Amino acid sequence: MDFGLSEEHHMVQRMVRDFAVKEVAPTIQEQDRLGEMDPQVLPRMAELGILGITIPLKYGGQGMDYISLGLACEELEAVDTSLRVVISVHNGLTCLTLLQWGTEEQKNKFLVPLAQGEKIGCGAFTEPGAGSDLSHLQTTGKIDGSCYILNGEKMWISLATAADYAVVTVRTNPKASKAYQGLSTFLVDLHSPGISRGDLHGKLGVRAGSTGWIAFQDVRVPAENMIGKEGEGFKVTMSAFDSGRYTVAAGATGLIGAALDASKTYADQRKAFGEKISDLQLIKAKIARMSLDYQAARLLYLKAGWMKNKGLRNTRETSAAKWYATEASFQAASEAVQIHGAYGYSDEYPVERYLRNAKGAMIYEGSNEIQSLIQADYALERRQDKKLRKESPPYDHESWT
Amino acid sequence: MKIIVCVKQVPDTAATMEVENGNISWGDAPLIINPWDEFAVEAALNLAADQGGEVTALCLGKEEETEAIKHALAMGADAAVLVSDPALKGSDTVAASKVLAAAITKIGEVDLVLFGQQSVDTDTGLLPVQVARLLKWPSLTLVSKFKEVTPAEGSLQVIRSMEEGNQVIKSRLPAVVSVTKDYGEPRYPSFMGIRKASKAEYPVWTLTDLGIDPPSSSISWPEVNKPVEKEIVTEIIDGDTPEEKAKTLVEKLIAEKVL
Ligand SMILES: Cc1cc2nc3c(=O)[nH]c(=O)nc-3n(C[C@H](O)[C@H](O)[C@H](O)COP(=O)(O)OP(=O)(O)OC[C@H]3O[C@@H](n4cnc5c(N)ncnc54)[C@H](O)[C@@H]3O)c2cc1C
Ligand SMILES: Cc1cc2nc3c(=O)[nH]c(=O)nc-3n(C[C@H](O)[C@H](O)[C@H](O)COP(=O)(O)OP(=O)(O)OC[C@H]3O[C@@H](n4cnc5c(N)ncnc54)[C@H](O)[C@@H]3O)c2cc1C
Repeated sequence: MDFGLSEEHHMVQRMVRDFAVKEVAPTIQEQDRLGEMDPQVLPRMAELGILGITIPLKYGGQGMDYISLGLACEELEAVDTSLRVVISVHNGLTCLTLLQWGTEEQKNKFLVPLAQGEKIGCGAFTEPGAGSDLSHLQTTGKIDGSCYILNGEKMWISLATAADYAVVTVRTNPKASKAYQGLSTFLVDLHSPGISRGDLHGKLGVRAGSTGWIAFQDVRVPAENMIGKEGEGFKVTMSAFDSGRYTVAAGATGLIGAALDASKTYADQRKAFGEKISDLQLIKAKIARMSLDYQAARLLYLKAGWMKNKGLRNTRETSAAKWYATEASFQAASEAVQIHGAYGYSDEYPVERYLRNAKGAMIYEGSNEIQSLIQADYALERRQDKKLRKESPPYDHESWT
Repeated sequence: MKIIVCVKQVPDTAATMEVENGNISWGDAPLIINPWDEFAVEAALNLAADQGGEVTALCLGKEEETEAIKHALAMGADAAVLVSDPALKGSDTVAASKVLAAAITKIGEVDLVLFGQQSVDTDTGLLPVQVARLLKWPSLTLVSKFKEVTPAEGSLQVIRSMEEGNQVIKSRLPAVVSVTKDYGEPRYPSFMGIRKASKAEYPVWTLTDLGIDPPSSSISWPEVNKPVEKEIVTEIIDGDTPEEKAKTLVEKLIAEKVL
């Protein structure tokens, strides 16, 4: 067993950190207050290859492994969650789903420009009336000649207004004996006629990111844009979450790290009762917990990443990593605010932003209640992974680079 | 055009430095490429892209310390050379310049040697000048811009930026140039570059390879001390009106000999 990161991994970490610290950190407080995404963020992430980091070269990507993807998420979220959300939906839900389920034609046509960052992707599953219970989603796709006609609305979609393409799951067979068997997934060009979309405002967190809605009114989508087969939409969507959750887990780990760093710095300089508050046992206990959670969360996501590299099914491990890391990041951010006293309650310090941002990750990509159900079902042996028609491809250095 | 860019390894600028018993330590903080050198690498890569040619990163350091070289390679340098020899431990700039000059001579047919303006750890800024002197090449320090580079005619024009203003300098090639941060932001390593760098192999030369004796240092650091911590006293000035407060403040500042 080897717990070491390679030299390549360290360099990836450093490069992504440099980008986030130099180009995003200086203005993040302002962007968060404005409630807007910095328009430079996506073009810069595209230019640096971050938007295609873990996609083979031949599909327009950078050919790095899944561990690199996790490390990049960690570094991005240590600066702001909105950066990592980009990776979750563009790289995770969109690119990796195409890599796993897409046909060769779909990969060449859609994955290449996405991985190159020329196009931006998002994943549109949630609806006003269905979030956790995706099998009962109501957007429909009706076949009409060589097209499917989409009608309905998707809600809470990250990058809804920034994206060019969306991976969209809809109901194509309302008569299927089980609701989830009636779903199919499409790659939809968001510039098609019949699509309207907008951003949601007044969010608790990820304010420097875009979260919105997409409405479909008689949108014609070519049948060849179906990802997977008709009726496979639920499986494709769950695969998308295996990718997306991994990035959320790694990112949340970065948030724990950031909360810990901020707390260390503050506690070492703040004095109360004649001593540094970092010398007080109650404060030490909080720092200790953050440090422990950081290590645990990191091990969990790195293990999931290692399994992804090997092409092993990792639904259980990825879900555990997401659950643990996001709960711990909320705790860590909350304690970081506590350690900062009243200053932590103000956006002059970053920790209140960490706290607001951490909450979202307990809800999206499968709420943590859903993750705990998944873990229980695995533990109780009520859930077993069935082989998929198309498994997530392992990292193969030769063919990826 | 054959360009050498000298890169040094330094403790991370974010690391906390400890001074104890005259020794400096920085815990387990990672080593990084000297941030000033990144500007030199950037300049080297741009010149090579404009003029055609190749960039070699040259580093003097311990054999296991490869961060600086790897970073330069990941940014896009074509090749690298590490000079490492136990006899070089504790070298001053005179000794280091002899070694670097010997390495540059051994590489051969070099048109231009670039340095960062100084290193963040020892902060002397002397090496570029000393190397130029040994090579008997012109030394152009604090360069912010390359106006014209014509290797065919063996000449270059640069802008030196100093506090007092800018100076345009014309010089012959080969030359040694130190680059300031006004040159422009260095690029990040690309993922492709990172992969290439992590697999790159480069020669490690000892003093024997360079055919020189261990150069002796003229200076050493018998002692290193931290500056004495200043006692800071905070005083809030009282007064009924802003004018009164200002008057008291000015009086205090005069008494403290600040004004
Ligand atoms: C910032 C942000 C970004 C998002 N980005 C995207 C995106 O890019 N794409 C996308 O498709 N969606 C996105 N979402 C939506 C997100 O995935 C959903 O909010 C999430 O799946 C939960 O669905 P819901 O909000 O409808 O809550 P509901 O499903 O209504 O759940 C409400 C509560 O009930 C709990 N619950 C539900 N079912 C059970 C159960 N069986 N047992 C126990 N408890 C249960 C939930 O855990 C939750 O606490 C985003 C959400 C946010 C906040
Ligand atoms: C919204 C808001 C409204 C407020 N309104 C008022 C107001 O109306 N009037 C007013 O006077 N103040 C007010 N305050 C200030 C508030 O009372 C202080 O923030 C609080 O007393 C903590 O002090 P501090 O912020 O200086 O933190 P510090 O005292 O510096 O504490 C920093 C951290 O160290 C911990 N700590 C300190 N000492 C110890 C110890 N011995 N052992 C273990 N842990 C320790 C603290 O619990 C905290 O986690 C307000 C603050 C907020 C956020």
